[in-house]
Amino acid sequence: MQPYFREKFGNPQSLHSIGQQASEAIEKARDKVAKLINAESSEIFFTSSGSEANNFALKGLTLAHQKKGKHIVLSAIEHQSVLNAAKFLEKLGFTVTHVPVDNFGLIDPEDVRKALTPDTILVSIMLANGEVGTIEPLEEISGICRSQDILLHTDAVDAVGNMPVDVKTLGVDALSLAGNQFYGPKGSAALFIKKGKRILPFIDGGIQEGGRRAGTEDVPAIVGMGKAAEIALQHMADRVEKTEALRDKLITHILDKIEHTILTGHPEKRLAYHASFCVEFVEGESMLLNLDMQGIAAASGSSCTSRALKASHVLLAMGLDHALAQSSLVFSMIDSTTTEDIDYLLDVFPPIIEKLRKMSPLYTQYLEEKEK
Amino acid sequence: MMYSDKVMDHFQNPRNVGTMEDADGVGQVGNPVCGDMMTFYVKVKDNRIADVKFQTFGCGAAIAVSSMVSEMAIGKTVEEALKITNESVAEELGGLPKNKLHCSNLGADALHKAIEDYQEKQKAKESPAEFPEKPENKESCYCPYCEGPIEGLESFCQRCQIEFEDCPECHKPMNKKAENCPHCGATIPRV
Repeated sequence: MQPYFREKFGNPQSLHSIGQQASEAIEKARDKVAKLINAESSEIFFTSSGSEANNFALKGLTLAHQKKGKHIVLSAIEHQSVLNAAKFLEKLGFTVTHVPVDNFGLIDPEDVRKALTPDTILVSIMLANGEVGTIEPLEEISGICRSQDILLHTDAVDAVGNMPVDVKTLGVDALSLAGNQFYGPKGSAALFIKKGKRILPFIDGGIQEGGRRAGTEDVPAIVGMGKAAEIALQHMADRVEKTEALRDKLITHILDKIEHTILTGHPEKRLAYHASFCVEFVEGESMLLNLDMQGIAAASGSSCTSRALKASHVLLAMGLDHALAQSSLVFSMIDSTTTEDIDYLLDVFPPIIEKLRKMSPLYTQYLEEKEK
Repeated sequence: MMYSDKVMDHFQNPRNVGTMEDADGVGQVGNPVCGDMMTFYVKVKDNRIADVKFQTFGCGAAIAVSSMVSEMAIGKTVEEALKITNESVAEELGGLPKNKLHCSNLGADALHKAIEDYQEKQKAKESPAEFPEKPENKESCYCPYCEGPIEGLESFCQRCQIEFEDCPECHKPMNKKAENCPHCGATIPRV
């Protein structure tokens, strides 16, 4: 992607040769992204982020089909960009049903079926959840939607590039993906829209992206995502196998070494790179800061780590109580993670928890009650 | 880094962590809903705060605030300690991110609660007839969501614009629209 900042900086819509070089580079990247999810190049529309792709899908598909109906079905654990796009649509007169999840964050396809009404035009269910790692039964859900001629969108941002994703097998009409989730640059993302499906343009303007998403293309970001997609496809099996082994090691040892720790999300149906926990009696941010001081970057869904100061809607939807939801922690294995890194983490993490629990009034309360 | 060096220092090496068996006053604020909970213990000698211990469940700011408050309180007279304000704690820490300012509220409140607990116990000792029982649980006077004070018996928090009702399980105040009680975690089915 580097040459597209300085040497090949032409506008892809220009007819001069540096413009045409950029245009060709974009189309090559489109091919690579399409291949990664077994789609046609013409079905890929570049956007600036996964959130934009989700907004594009929800707003574009519903507004294009609103004569048919005004009801949308989502899961309770969708990303904010899906939930809030749906809230916006509610203001325009659409109605939204949120399908629940079980304790593993898993959606029951039957619940989706029950949520459908004659007025339903769109179902949007994520392929995998980034907070708890659970992979949803999309194929079954798509069967249900197809049989009733209802559009299905999936937010696959956390999945694409990290697990095999095939839009034909999944049977989806639209799919969001983001380059930064598979080692591409930030600001690179795309929406897949199945050939023949109507969608309203997300940005009105010129002819870029087939007129559906106007605006001068971010050539370096798109080229970078194309390369990342190519690498992801080549190394998919290795990537999954390697991160899965590290993940399983981490999960087994954390649950074993630290008392009162639970795995969040599904134990088997989960992203290969994803290990997430709730460490009882300890708040998420204080764990993150301590880990960061030891050179370990993790994430949490606790109120304090989110600027909104609200506990994760995903964990609450899974039936966790507030205190436990504040204790969440997410580790992602990446390509460069080694088994030594996991050993190091397993060495430094238990003392951090011990220190924080000594400080925790909730832990003291627990010990007192246990004595009684 | 979102936190000042002083906040990080108090977070990494918190002073006065622990419990106190023979405390003269104990104060607890917060709940896991907003992510922070603090318990303060005070020991008072000749009207001075002789020792403070605390325990905190919370973020980096909450832990640093507790540590800072404990350090500021030790050695002060009871009256002086009651004058420690949220602002002075945040200032002493070299500032806090805007969305963490509520943590400093909790720290000063927890200390004040512990001191008030001490004062009530003293009064009860002096004239037991007038104070036959501990005054009503103060928890109901605080909004369980933002920790702000609730006027009298009103069931509405001005700050969060939330209306309360009593949880059918534990009878503590909770958001009328919430599905989970912040205190006991009970699920309340809503129509």
